[in-house]
Amino acid sequence: MTELQWKRKDLLGLRELDKEEIGLILKTAKAFQEISLRPIKKVPALRGITVGNLFFEPSTRTRISFELAEKRLSADTINITASSSSVVKGENLKDTARNIEALKVNLIVMRHPASGAPHRLAHHLKAGVVNAGDGINEHPTQALLDMFTILEKKPRLDGLKVSFVGDILHSRVTRSNIWGLTKMGAQVTVCGPKTLLPAEVERLGVRATTKLEDAVKDADVINLLRIQLERQNESFFPSIREYATAYQINRKILEKAKPDVLIMHPGPVNRGIEITSEVVDGPFSVILDQVTHGLAVRMAVLYLLSGNMREGQEAELKESLIS
Amino acid sequence: MNLMIRNAHLVDPDQEAVIQSDLLIREGKVAAIGKGLPAEKEKIDEIDAKGAHLFPGLIDLHTHFREPGFEAKETILTGAHAALRGGFVASVSMPNTLPPCDHQSVIDNIIRKAKEVPYHIFPSGTISKGREGKELSEMADLKQAGIVAVTDDGDWVSDSLLMRRALEYASMLGLLVMSHCEDKRLSGKGVMNEGFNSTKLGLRGIPSASEDVAVARDIELAKYTGARLHICHLSTRRSVELVRRAKAEKIAVTAEVTPHHLAFSDEALEGYNTNFKMNPPLRTQEDVIALRQALKEGVIDCVSTDHAPHTDEEKMLEFDDAPFGVTGLETALPVLLTELYHGAKWPLKLIAHVTSKRPAKILGLGPEFGGIRKNVTANLTLVNLDEMWTVSREHTVSKSRNSCFMRQKLKGKILLTVCAGKIWRF
Repeated sequence: MTELQWKRKDLLGLRELDKEEIGLILKTAKAFQEISLRPIKKVPALRGITVGNLFFEPSTRTRISFELAEKRLSADTINITASSSSVVKGENLKDTARNIEALKVNLIVMRHPASGAPHRLAHHLKAGVVNAGDGINEHPTQALLDMFTILEKKPRLDGLKVSFVGDILHSRVTRSNIWGLTKMGAQVTVCGPKTLLPAEVERLGVRATTKLEDAVKDADVINLLRIQLERQNESFFPSIREYATAYQINRKILEKAKPDVLIMHPGPVNRGIEITSEVVDGPFSVILDQVTHGLAVRMAVLYLLSGNMREGQEAELKESLIS
Repeated sequence: MNLMIRNAHLVDPDQEAVIQSDLLIREGKVAAIGKGLPAEKEKIDEIDAKGAHLFPGLIDLHTHFREPGFEAKETILTGAHAALRGGFVASVSMPNTLPPCDHQSVIDNIIRKAKEVPYHIFPSGTISKGREGKELSEMADLKQAGIVAVTDDGDWVSDSLLMRRALEYASMLGLLVMSHCEDKRLSGKGVMNEGFNSTKLGLRGIPSASEDVAVARDIELAKYTGARLHICHLSTRRSVELVRRAKAEKIAVTAEVTPHHLAFSDEALEGYNTNFKMNPPLRTQEDVIALRQALKEGVIDCVSTDHAPHTDEEKMLEFDDAPFGVTGLETALPVLLTELYHGAKWPLKLIAHVTSKRPAKILGLGPEFGGIRKNVTANLTLVNLDEMWTVSREHTVSKSRNSCFMRQKLKGKILLTVCAGKIWRF
């Protein structure tokens, strides 16, 4: 049997990946996990590869996780953030792409407030693009690290019941997880007030409910989403207080859950709103594991995407040595 | 100004059958129609149009010429050339210019420029000053300056009282009220139709209800005031039903649909191409079917382009930030021929009705528009129904290239447009 090879230039979302590709990333991440446990946490896998981190939207966790992953792989990195450059919302993406191309950057990690922005950038660019979150569309590495985290605790994803609770409508984390988990055979439930459930979401192959109990009962994993205060001003719900009354994960509601349920959260956590502190810090929580595993998953993604470049580089190097 | 067209098939909406005939244009007028017309004494241009079809010149109730204010997108001159290239002979110009068409001086300016181009432009004025939806524009003044209709275009008059007054006041002046029906509060930050595809693509949705509630209100106000109402670019099956019901109740309402809403559903947004971003958005396949059926039955009266040019720079922005709108003048008839004549076997006469006769009737235009008639100024379009061509940037005449049909193959090509008796051969 031949080993599955990574063929894509970009990782834009889990929507376009198949089960085997997702499996390959998770398997590769497993191999990279060990590096972060070494005293010297660095390998030369991406030496000579330049990675540009393009963040058009504030991000701390994801940006730091990618940066550290790049450093541990010995890549050269440049950081471009909306506040530190002339890059502003509404800049012509083609111009951005041309500038990056001119700098001979090999890989772009991109966070953007507009859905589809990395897809358009990738279209104009020879360099590989990793979507680090686009608008309300996808956040593929987050979903991959969520799946990786589950697999550290559960034997398989197939048949597993995974629930998402909160602002499903605006959640790129949920959307990526839905694409990924359903392909891996998990049964996904999305839960939130009717105002925050996307139109016809069931057609993505998930169950939708407005009752928290339905999402908690029988779930193997509950993934919580950060609720944003501004949604109250847009009348998605009357108040944070009422939201928390109906959808907060606390010790009481968890009495109805399976004894080995996993509690996940992409962060940052609003303690006391979507989740109580005692659950965040409690025995079911794998929230900090997610952060740790994010590193291995992002290393795997960068490694796989740079595969073609590394091969090309080696061939070039050989050629120049011979001549 | 003189031309003998030999052996063309005349698609005359006033006649039962499509017949092969000659047609003589002398000094800009249709001088004779008939088989085997005798040659003129003096030598005039003659073309053998065997196999080609002659339509009454197309009339667009919804064109954005962008002048004054947005000349980087389009001008009256470039827009007119694009229109002629697409077989159009007349347009109602939209008033969302800068300054907006809320004052006589702006209309004077447009009419002066329109006189310099070989095309008919019937300006519309705004319903409200500054298109702000607060106070009525000076409609009698605007009418005197030459407008044929009033509309706040992209900004629906959300104030129901102001809309009531606008309908009453405009109808008193004999002005058509055109309404872009959209409750902007319901549309919110939406950029495409709300439904499975917006969920799938992770783009914010515009619910069909944002059109439906606006159509419902405007129809009720038209009924109450007895004023004539024209509803722009229908896109939902529900608003089709509302118009159907209104017509059954003899309410004075007419409606239009764009070629792109007849050709595409929201599945076309896959790939985040901003040339599929328009308002109203492309809806579902069921909506496309309902729109086609309604147009066929006459519930929707006519096709309008909503030609909305935007520069490459604007359309190259991210999907959320790019402006709404697509061009349409150069592709409208070829799209209708491809989709409805070749694709759905519609009779050609029906296409002449929805592109020419009915818009002429809605505007109350003279006999030189909307038909193929003798002794009137010639406004005609000659088409090769079977010629395939590919929409391309290079061959675009409009100043903007934001066509959702870009790089697509269309079947049906305009060979010649006669506008105000002047002949344009392509």
